[in-house]
Amino acid sequence: MAALSHSLKENPRLDLWLRFLDDRTVRIGTGKVELGQGVLTALSQIAAEELDLRVDQISIMSGNSLQGPGEGYTASSWSIEHSGSAIRLVAAEVRALARMHAGLRLNASPDELTIVEGAFFKNGVASGLDYWAIADDLDLSVEVSGRFLPKSADQYRIVGASIPRLDLPEKLTGSGFIHDMTLPGMLHARTLRQPGRGARLVTLDEAAIKRRAGGDISIIRIDSFVAFVGASETVVRAAADAAATYAVWDNARMLSPEAATAEWVAAQPSTDLMMGDPPQDAVHDRVSLSFTRSFLSHGSLAPSCALALYQHGTLTVWSHGQGMHPLRENIAKTLGLPLESVACHHVQGAGCYGHNGADDAALDAALVARVLPDQPIRLMWRRQEEFGYEPLSSAMTVAVHVNLDVNGRPDDWTTEVWSATHGQRPGVGGAYLLAAEAMNEPPPERKPFDIPLERGGGAVRNAIPLYDVSGKRISFHLIHDVPVRTSSLRGLGATLNVFAIEAVMDELAARVGEDPITYRLSALSDPRARAVLERVAAMAGWSSRGTGGAGVGLGVGIARYKNSSAYAAVVAAVEVEEAVRVTDVWCAVDAGLVINPDGAENQIEGNIVQAISWALMEEVRFDAQGISTLDWQSYPVIRFKDIPEIRVELIEASQHEALGIGECAGGPAAAAIGNAVAHALGMCIHHMPMTRERIMAAALQA
Amino acid sequence: MSGQFTLNINGRDHCVDVPSDMPLLDVLRNHLGLKGSRYGCGLEQCGACMVLVDGEATYSCSREVGTFVGKRITTVEGLASDGKLHPLQQAFLDEQAGQCGYCLSGILIASKAFLDRNPNPTRAEVAAALDANLCRCGSHPRILRAVLRAAAAMRGEVV
Repeated sequence: MAALSHSLKENPRLDLWLRFLDDRTVRIGTGKVELGQGVLTALSQIAAEELDLRVDQISIMSGNSLQGPGEGYTASSWSIEHSGSAIRLVAAEVRALARMHAGLRLNASPDELTIVEGAFFKNGVASGLDYWAIADDLDLSVEVSGRFLPKSADQYRIVGASIPRLDLPEKLTGSGFIHDMTLPGMLHARTLRQPGRGARLVTLDEAAIKRRAGGDISIIRIDSFVAFVGASETVVRAAADAAATYAVWDNARMLSPEAATAEWVAAQPSTDLMMGDPPQDAVHDRVSLSFTRSFLSHGSLAPSCALALYQHGTLTVWSHGQGMHPLRENIAKTLGLPLESVACHHVQGAGCYGHNGADDAALDAALVARVLPDQPIRLMWRRQEEFGYEPLSSAMTVAVHVNLDVNGRPDDWTTEVWSATHGQRPGVGGAYLLAAEAMNEPPPERKPFDIPLERGGGAVRNAIPLYDVSGKRISFHLIHDVPVRTSSLRGLGATLNVFAIEAVMDELAARVGEDPITYRLSALSDPRARAVLERVAAMAGWSSRGTGGAGVGLGVGIARYKNSSAYAAVVAAVEVEEAVRVTDVWCAVDAGLVINPDGAENQIEGNIVQAISWALMEEVRFDAQGISTLDWQSYPVIRFKDIPEIRVELIEASQHEALGIGECAGGPAAAAIGNAVAHALGMCIHHMPMTRERIMAAALQA
Repeated sequence: MSGQFTLNINGRDHCVDVPSDMPLLDVLRNHLGLKGSRYGCGLEQCGACMVLVDGEATYSCSREVGTFVGKRITTVEGLASDGKLHPLQQAFLDEQAGQCGYCLSGILIASKAFLDRNPNPTRAEVAAALDANLCRCGSHPRILRAVLRAAAAMRGEVV
C-alpha cells in the first residue's frame, strides 16, 4: 500500500484527478495553479509517465473549484510534493485498473499487456484497444485505494526530461493571461480603496468624478467599497485615478515613515513563543549579532485582475489567485451566498511570488457583479493600488545568539525573530479578503497568528540552522500591531533567517581563522548538505578565494528550504565600490528526484535574481497617507544591466523523493551576497537591502 | 474629442473611432482585439506595453492614439510571418526564456528594435538595450541568451 498524501485524503475520488475525455486526451485535475513556475508542465509529465502517454495526450484542468480537487493554496513549494505525488498514485492506479479491464476483453493476463501512448499491446502486438475504448468500463467515481504502486525511478522516460513549458508558446505570441479574457457585453471596473480598516466613506463627489472620467460610468457603492464601472476601460481608469480627490473619509489610516523600519516593528508589543530545545545558560564565549530587513512588495508586473459574472443565481469568478477552492469559500462567506452558488476558475496572471492582490481583486469583481447581474465584469487594480494595498512581506529583525565550545564551534544556538505575520491568506487564521473591511460589518479583527513551524513556519521559516549544534531553539516575537497588511512572499522569513545564520557562520569562522566553507563542513554532518556545499565550492573555484577587503569578495550561503525541502548552496562574487555589483553566482541544488531539470533550473535562476534584488535594492517606504513606494521609480528592482552570470547544477539524487525547489535558492543567495560584501569590505552589513546609502554609511563609520 | 483614425498596424490599415487622447494600448487591446501588448504600469516604467513605431520600441500605455497616425506600428502579434515564428520568438522557445511571460511581449519588441540596429551585439549591449524592460520572475539570464541566439540565427549562423 502506498501512503496517501494530504491531497488524496482530502480528495479521494479518482475522477477528481483523472478522466478520459472524448478528444482522446486524459484530463488531469489539480488544485495547484500555474504562476509562471512551470508546475502544469511538471504535473503533466508525472501523469504521462505513469499512464504511458505522451505529454500532449494530457490536458490539465487546474484550479477548478467545481470539478477538480481542492488543494488549498499553491504555496510554499509544496506542489510537486503534494499534488505531484497524488497524481502519480492516481495515475498508477487507473493504469492498473485499465490494464485489468483490457485483459478481460483481450483474454490476456495484465502482465501480457503493455501500454504505448495509451494503446494496449498484447505480447508486443497492437490489440486495437486503448484507454478510451475501455473508459466506460472503469468506475472512476470510487476512492483511491493506494494498492497500485507507481513506477520506480529507474523506469522513468518522461519524468526527469526537460520537456519545454506547455504555456510558453502562447505567451510569446500575444495571449495566455486573464487580463486578455473578454466575455460578451463585458464591462470594465476599477476601485477606490478604503484608506485602512475602519475608515468610513463620508462623502463622494460623484458628479465631479463623472466629469473627470470623460465618458459614461456608473459608480457602485457598497458601504465603504467604491467601484467605477463602464464600457470603456480608459474612462473607468480615469475615474478611478481622479476619485481620491473627491472622497472624504472618516478615520482614515495614518502612517509614519518610521513605521516602515525593522526597528519600529521590533519595538511593538509582541506575542512571544519559544520553540525547540530548552534554553541553556549563557556561557562566557557567546556571540550575538543582529540583522534587519525592510518591508518588501511582491511587485507583480501586472496589476491584479479578475472577471466575475452573476447570472441565474450563480456567481462565477475567474481569478489568477493561488487557490480557487479557498477563494470560493471566502467569496461565498463575504457575500453571504451558499457555497454551491459560487464557482471559481483559475486563469493565469503574471508571476505573483506569493500572496498579492489577486484574491482581493476577485472579491472586488464579485461585489460589482452581484450588483449588476447578467453583466460580465472585468475588474483590474491600478498600478499604485497593487503597490499600495497588496500584502507586504514584513520588515524583520533577526538576532542570533551562539554559545561556542572550546574549539570555537557552535554548541548552543538561539535565533530570535521579531516580525509581523507572514501568513495572512484569506481563510487562514481568521484572515479575510480586503474589501470585507469596507463593509459596515467587517469580519472580526484577526488575532495574532503566523504559519506554525510544523507547516514550514512563517517568520521563523529556516530559523533553525542545518548545522550540528547540541541545543537549537527559536525565540519568536510575533508583532501584531503593524499598520499594513503582511503575508507570504516567496521564502517568507527564510530569506533574512538564512542571511543572518550564514553571516554568523562567517563571523564564527573568522574568529578561529578558518575558511568559511571549511568551517561549515566541520559542523555539518548531513551528507546531502555537505554535497551541495562541496559542489558549489568546486563550481566557483572557491579554493582560490582571496583574502578580501579590497572591494572584491566571494561569499557563500547554504540552507535546506523549510528544513524539509530542497538543499541549495550558493556562492556569489561581488565588486563593491559605492554600490554592490554581483558579477557571478554559482548554485548547487539537491532536490531529490527532479521532474523537469530545465524547469527546475529556471526557477532556481529566477529565485537567485529575485534575491539579488531583495538583497540590494528593494524596500517599501511609508508616508502619512500610507505606502509611498507606489511605482517602479520609488520601488526599484533588478534590471538587465544588474544581471550576473548564473550557473546552476542539480545534484543527481533521483533515488530520493522529489523536493520543492521554487524557493530554495533565495535565502542562500541573499546570504552569499551578504557574505561576499563583507569579504569585499572587511566588514559585515547587517541590513537588507544593502543599498549604496547603507554601504557608504557603513564605510564612514568604519 | 472623438474621431476616426487610421492606424497602420502589422502591415494593415485599421480605422478606429475613438477619443484622440485614448492611449494606444487601450485601442490595441480593447478596440482591435490585439491583446499581446500588455498593461503593466501606465507610467512608461516597465516596458510591458512596448510596440514598434517606425522600427523604434515605443511605450503604448499612455501615449495618445492621435499621435500614431501615419506611422507603422508593429505589435508582438505582427512578429511572426507566413505562419513561422520570428527568430526571436523561436530563440526564446529554444532557451525556455520565460517564467510567467507577462514581460515577454515588450521584451521581444525591444529586442527586435535593437537587433535591427545592432545585429551582432555583446551580452552587455543586449542588457543595456533591455534595461527599460522589467522582468519580475528573474528570467533575465535566459532572455539575454535568447536574444544573442536570435541574433546569430538572424545573421544566418547555425545555432
